Amino acid sequence: MRIRFTLNDGIVEEEVHPHETLLDFLRNRVRVTSVKKGCDEGACGTCTVLFHGKPVRSCLLLAVQANGAEITTVEGLAKRGELNVIQEAFLEKYGFQCGFCTPGMILTTKALLDENPDPTVEDIKDAFEGNLCRCTGYEQIIESVLRAAEMRRG
Amino acid sequence: MEAEVRPMPKFDYVAPSSLTDALKLLHDHQERARVLAGGTDLLVRLKKRLASAEMIVDLNGISELSYIEPVGDRLHIGALTRLARIKESPIVTQRASALAQAISVMASPPIRNRGTIGGNVCNSSPAADTAPSLLVLDASVKLQRLDGERIVPVSQFFVGPEENVARADEILTEVIIPLQEGNTAVVKLGRRKAFTLSVVSAAAYAEAHDGKFGEIRLALGAVAPTPIRCLKVEEALRGQDVTEKVIEKAAELVRGEIKPITDVRASAEYRREMSYILTKRVLEKVALGGNNANKIHIE
Repeated sequence: MRIRFTLNDGIVEEEVHPHETLLDFLRNRVRVTSVKKGCDEGACGTCTVLFHGKPVRSCLLLAVQANGAEITTVEGLAKRGELNVIQEAFLEKYGFQCGFCTPGMILTTKALLDENPDPTVEDIKDAFEGNLCRCTGYEQIIESVLRAAEMRRG
Repeated sequence: MEAEVRPMPKFDYVAPSSLTDALKLLHDHQERARVLAGGTDLLVRLKKRLASAEMIVDLNGISELSYIEPVGDRLHIGALTRLARIKESPIVTQRASALAQAISVMASPPIRNRGTIGGNVCNSSPAADTAPSLLVLDASVKLQRLDGERIVPVSQFFVGPEENVARADEILTEVIIPLQEGNTAVVKLGRRKAFTLSVVSAAAYAEAHDGKFGEIRLALGAVAPTPIRCLKVEEALRGQDVTEKVIEKAAELVRGEIKPITDVRASAEYRREMSYILTKRVLEKVALGGNNANKIHIE
């Protein structure tokens, strides 16, 4: 089946199998490897992509379902070699260690701040319920999100 | 769901753009076809080989199945409406509050962005998060087939774990909830605070007049083969004074209404004890004005 969708600033047009997940398609066929394969069952959040601006699990979407969609991955955030402020904030506050969960964390931050520019710690905890991190203990991630919010507000 | 995740099995895929086309496909293919809504449960079950499908009929392209619409004294919610949208809907939070409360303590935001109300009901897990709230709201579902439709009360929809009365050629197209003025409360007990399956969950709806319980409904999840209404507890409360003592005594009766099992999340004995505790808590909350959800976890 042929699909066509917007990925970051470009268009992807490909032939896909009906049973191919969006996650496998992005990693193996489009080579967007920031989208990680962790649990592959919707629990860990490392395969998060923004689907029409909202965070969803790419392991729980079929590639065919991306047809006509607008999908954002971390590759779409940095512009002209400049990191996005969310990425800057994660660097500044050490919001990661091994980095495996980080693309999902950054996209979840973007979706949260697009909707709620001034989140409380509780708002952040709620928004990140579906993103597991095994390194940081989450404290630095929360600080990174707060810092990103501050930087975005200017 | 303790089975191992494996690569997705092969299947045929069709994405009808109208309900009629979808119903025709189910009519022609019957058990060979599986309906795909949000996919947050079915796709996991397919990968774990806990479900199989020769043909996936994807409903996501059918925009006519996504809506929240009050008509007269009832609220109609299209089966494909995402859980996140229902949780944020002003009419749901004001007039069918138990449902918004249940969704707020369910899964995680990315799952709620994709998961649908129809999917959660059709999976018919004994622990289905929306089920106790739909039971206390006295909700019904509409089942459509090519040559007709029927309305089934949610209390008669579930028949066993992952089993319901819908036939292979029927699609659950709508959830119908009477708009009500009473208070509601939801309490969910899980192994951890966030993103967890219920060990026990409870929902209650209550109207009180002059310090006495009027209409009262209580439902529990994860403590029987299906989500259940607890009619004996309700009966013991109706017309009685709204006091802690009355609630405590009525809550005792819940032990006779449940049939909990032992699984990886908890023992039957623990579930029985917690059913009593959660019943008491949800009734106290609803009697005090309620209208919020509590998530608690095993320490």
